[in-house]
Amino acid sequence: MTKNMLKLPVYMDYQATTPMDPRVLEAMMPYFKEKYGNPHSVEHVFGWEAEAAVEIARKQVAGIIGASEEKEIIFTSGATESNNLALKGIAFAQHPAKNHIITVKTEHECVLASSRALEKMGFDVTYLDVDHAGLIDLAELENAITEKTSLVSVMVVNNEIGVIQDITNIGKICRKNGVIFHTDAAQAVGKIPLDVDAMNIDVMSISGHKIYGPKGIGAIYIRMGTSILPLFDGGGQEQGIRSGTLAPAQCVGLGKACAIALDQMVQDNQHIRTLSSRLLEKLKSNLNNVRLNGSDSDRFPGNLNLTFDGIKSDLLVADLKHVAISTGSACSSAKQKSSYVLAALGLDKKKIDASIRIGIGRMTTEEEVDYAAEHIIACARNLL
Amino acid sequence: MAEKDHIYLDYNATALIRPEVIELMADVMREGGNPSSVHAFGRNAKARLEGARAAIVEAINCRPQMVIFTSGGTEANNMAVFSSNRTRLITTNAEHDSLRASSEKFDGKVDIVPVDKNGLVDLNVLEELLKNDGENTIVSILYANNETGVLQDIEAISSITRAADALLHIDAIQAFGKVPLNFMELNVDMMSISSHKIGGPQGVGALIAREKLPVKSIIVGGGQEHGRRGGTENIAGIAGFGLAASMVPDSLEKMKTLRAWRNEIEHELKNHTPDVMLLGQGAKRLPNVSNIYMPDVISETQVMNFDLNGICISAGSACSSGKVKTSHVGLAMLGDEKIASCTIRMSLGWASAHRDIDAFIKAWKKIYDKKHA
Repeated sequence: MTKNMLKLPVYMDYQATTPMDPRVLEAMMPYFKEKYGNPHSVEHVFGWEAEAAVEIARKQVAGIIGASEEKEIIFTSGATESNNLALKGIAFAQHPAKNHIITVKTEHECVLASSRALEKMGFDVTYLDVDHAGLIDLAELENAITEKTSLVSVMVVNNEIGVIQDITNIGKICRKNGVIFHTDAAQAVGKIPLDVDAMNIDVMSISGHKIYGPKGIGAIYIRMGTSILPLFDGGGQEQGIRSGTLAPAQCVGLGKACAIALDQMVQDNQHIRTLSSRLLEKLKSNLNNVRLNGSDSDRFPGNLNLTFDGIKSDLLVADLKHVAISTGSACSSAKQKSSYVLAALGLDKKKIDASIRIGIGRMTTEEEVDYAAEHIIACARNLL
Repeated sequence: MAEKDHIYLDYNATALIRPEVIELMADVMREGGNPSSVHAFGRNAKARLEGARAAIVEAINCRPQMVIFTSGGTEANNMAVFSSNRTRLITTNAEHDSLRASSEKFDGKVDIVPVDKNGLVDLNVLEELLKNDGENTIVSILYANNETGVLQDIEAISSITRAADALLHIDAIQAFGKVPLNFMELNVDMMSISSHKIGGPQGVGALIAREKLPVKSIIVGGGQEHGRRGGTENIAGIAGFGLAASMVPDSLEKMKTLRAWRNEIEHELKNHTPDVMLLGQGAKRLPNVSNIYMPDVISETQVMNFDLNGICISAGSACSSGKVKTSHVGLAMLGDEKIASCTIRMSLGWASAHRDIDAFIKAWKKIYDKKHA
């Protein structure tokens, strides 16, 4: 691609949502057009075809996280629903024998909102701190577990800062203490290798639109034998765990997105790492007030959360007319709330308000990175 | 492809998606963007979301703030019942599975109003039940029955619930697009609707709720939908739902034809044998559906035989995850397991043609004659 083919605005907000991979859309189309049908209509061919497609998709989702049984995958309306189902469904299932769950201050808004909802119902919740790098202390986690603890929920890749928690060892601690381990992997699936068995994961949340798939579809992995209560009831679809007519096209889209991601994870990562380094290098060598937030080593390179000392980031974002980036998570950006994740890392209000999140993904090009770097540098200098 | 040869007469399970909807959804999916983001991509997605909301508002006569998009009708029904803050639930014995399951889990008293042989709610029983404790009660009623198409008299019901200070939720999932639906005129508090029953995509629905009600999804998160339902919105699906909603006037126009064709089927079958029974025929019904009793042939056998004749119909609702069960709706109306277990549902929609009707009549007679030769 040459420079003059650059399409504006440049999209660099891959953590908010990813563009759909055209191959995903192509795979979905037949299920809108000729292969329609309610997958629960067991009595005729339209229903059978839809059901068969859903089962292939289920296999593809299971495949990318190393789930041994396809029936351990339940389709949902997205990662928010999966996270709500994981926290509430497990807490309810073990209540009243156990009434305590453990999570982290830097989790996604929906995990924290679910935790607060549980607190209102009388459950105890421990919110673990993170260090300056954004990582939890494993000893602190182990100390927080009591015989009343039913669940530990720690996300794999943070949505704001891209930091990767030590999932394998967190899983080990949970297994050793007989506690169910849930992880929100919305930002991780397809981006870093995941294996539910090797990592001791019991329950995992998966999103479609963060991995170049459609919005409005997600999944939850539930290890065989884990007891969980449904969030809502109805026709008893998805083994009674998630009632409601499935959307076959959506399931097919998520499955295809997983299959593509699994197939080209190495290639994607190489691409993202190269562009991410290039961007950070350019910014750092041209501006002396830039700092990367979160761990240097334990991170997904497609997420650069940067503090520009002395600059108000909302002005920077507004000035960058042709570069779509955000000051933090999309959920809170619309409400203009300041980042609780950066606060947990120990950043003060001034530094938090000087931070932006840049997302790089499969479709990002070198030209886009160069364009973004050039304009971020110019705008930042202007605002200093 | 097998389905090209099949005739689809199961619109109440899921309607064929309209081609315009597919086109629009593909465009929206290519656009990308998270509607909560403030940049250009986010603003575009937000415009799609609000455009769809406006289309729903126009189609059912409500206000934009009343529309809460959900993952479908099941979620909307659950949300209505569970977050109403009421301690008593009154519902009927002919509800959709999602409401039946919710009522089993309801944390409070549950009273059931029976339906009569025509499938209609006994208004006297409802009124009697509401004499006490009306202000703590939520009444949830299926407007158009998914299996028989029988329409309840919602305006009569809402005047009873209003007088008793009870909340009224109606499941209008099957009614939407088949009969005129006016939220304000029906004078209800909450109403569930679903996209895939009106020619939109699966996986999208909405709960329409008066602004002051405390209703909130059990799914919490980033504060989307005015804080009433968390999760990144299914923009393409919602846009598709909006477009399908804006085509409801076309659907209603087509219903006039479908009513004539449905009546033609029923007339033909009656002529063939006086033993045929048409469930709910004595009540006001949806124009597109017929629930037909064929003596001595169990539903499952009928469905299989129709399938062999290239026709897709169903025994009842599509939900029961893999099992063909005796219809609880038929049972509630007739109180006779033998009759209820020998009924099928035929439902027409926007793409139905007259030759489909002919094929259905022919197949029905063939299956009947084989058994009663």
